[in-house]
Amino acid sequence: MLLAVASPANAQLAMEITGAGANRLPIAIAEFGGERIISHALVSVLRADLEHCGLFRLIDSGEAPLGEGSIAYADWKNRGADALVAGNVATTAEGRYETRFRLFDVQKQSLLGGQPYLAGSAQLRGTAHRIADFIYEKLLGEPGIFSTRIAYVVKSTGRYELQIADADGGNAQTALASREPIISPTWSPDGTRLAYVSFEAKKPIVYVHSLASGSRHVAANFKGSNSAPAWSPDGKRLAVVLSKEGGSQLFLVNADGSGITRLASSSAIDTEPRFSPDGSSIYFTSDRGGSPQIYRIAVSGGEVSRVTFEGSYNVSPRLSPDGRSMAFVTGNSRGFQLALMDLASKQTQILTDSVKDESPSFSPNGRMIIYATEVGGRGVLAAVSSDGRVKQKLSVQAADVREPAWGPFAK
Amino acid sequence: MRSLFLVAVLSLILAACSSQPAAPEQPGAGVTEGAKIKVETPQVAPVTAGNQDLTGLAALRDPKSILSKRSIFFDFDQYVIKDEFRPLVEAHARFLVANAKMKMLIQGNADERGSREYNLALGQKRADAVKKSLMLLGAKEAQLESVSLGEEKPRNPGHDEAAWAENRRGDMLYSGEY
Repeated sequence: MLLAVASPANAQLAMEITGAGANRLPIAIAEFGGERIISHALVSVLRADLEHCGLFRLIDSGEAPLGEGSIAYADWKNRGADALVAGNVATTAEGRYETRFRLFDVQKQSLLGGQPYLAGSAQLRGTAHRIADFIYEKLLGEPGIFSTRIAYVVKSTGRYELQIADADGGNAQTALASREPIISPTWSPDGTRLAYVSFEAKKPIVYVHSLASGSRHVAANFKGSNSAPAWSPDGKRLAVVLSKEGGSQLFLVNADGSGITRLASSSAIDTEPRFSPDGSSIYFTSDRGGSPQIYRIAVSGGEVSRVTFEGSYNVSPRLSPDGRSMAFVTGNSRGFQLALMDLASKQTQILTDSVKDESPSFSPNGRMIIYATEVGGRGVLAAVSSDGRVKQKLSVQAADVREPAWGPFAK
Repeated sequence: MRSLFLVAVLSLILAACSSQPAAPEQPGAGVTEGAKIKVETPQVAPVTAGNQDLTGLAALRDPKSILSKRSIFFDFDQYVIKDEFRPLVEAHARFLVANAKMKMLIQGNADERGSREYNLALGQKRADAVKKSLMLLGAKEAQLESVSLGEEKPRNPGHDEAAWAENRRGDMLYSGEY
């Protein structure tokens, strides 16, 4: 049934939901009118988006599309729906698809909005994600993330692929294939480029890669190791970790590789820099206190302040988009778990039950955190809401998936 | 030689990239109620990274020579070279002093537990420790480069202490061996 929107990639990420929100909004998404195989494929993606986000409960809406006529609100209310979506996919003379939909408030018996979209057959999934974003924002009052993309690394025997997929794991495309490891992909703030570390030259080198053209350049290749790139919020600079002057130390470099300056100086390991969303400070991991902990320094340099104190292994700081909280990985007697700290109160909550968590990354609306973990000895991606309730898993058959990075809002 | 080779590899990669056709433009700006929105998925052009060939250096491969041994193992979360590896480091230092044109790449490694980037830094500490010892014994800094492979290239793919011990390691490679 999904043929019309199938991805060309062979290793497809499959998503399942393993935990949902406490109060899910009941919504009926009727079949769309138009050519059945096309409209059903689109509606399937739309329904999966809303169901997987853990904040909606799908109400059975039968097999028949709703016509243009009046809505039988009482009937939908009896079925338990608070909201209703109806739509249509028409084929244009040029062979493109014109999709229209309307969103209704069943309780208030009113039209909440609608939107026409024009797309080629390869963009039907994208259309469904746009509609899901529209519905999500109208009903929940915050931007949706269904049209965003994720980057991650798939490792199969002797092969590493840096892939880009829709946030639901669909439409996966390979940006870089290599026989050597690829780690630490991060999105430029405008979503057009990735910075990452590739070992293709038998040592870690930082590259910046333009996704649309496939062109890339070296951002940091000094003597020793070059790693852990992090974009400044304005997309002009990268914080990187270099060992060129001994040890692993923090530097700032322009995204084109010019203008390298040292950010901090220590005799310890300093790594995993991340800018705060306002660009004023950098959070990083250091073992300067005897065990790996998270610290903060102003982008202009100067005093370093310690952020984590509990436990002997706190690494991989990632700031929420609003700058108020920090996701990180904490090592404890159970293993390595994803944790979230409220930066004002320093209150920390463990968000997962898994014990090999790595590489967290916030969704651009701050609601979800994607991370790498292990299930049955295989690397998978998982996502958890920042309140710990909604849980999703993304896995690929016969391969390890790791190093997720959630891209910015779609333009 | 090696850096020249790197430049050659990189320019090949860049040449390969630049020959790819331009991809379509990114989708347009914000959603306006009522207006038709063109939905276009941004394209991703695939790139294959290059690989280097290995060439042999027979003199260093005689299994009877201590110089054929290249690995130094470390304790958990440690980067101190243990006494049992002193003779090995000394032999390679003597070789580097006697062969001033030889260059060495020291690759540090870490076990799989914890953060990849922190493990990369741990591997760097181990490689740096080997480099420092070789320099104290007379090798020139220009002969040496210490880098880290972190937890990315485990010699033993297992998930127990025996595997981890094998993977907390520094490897000494000469020009042409990497």
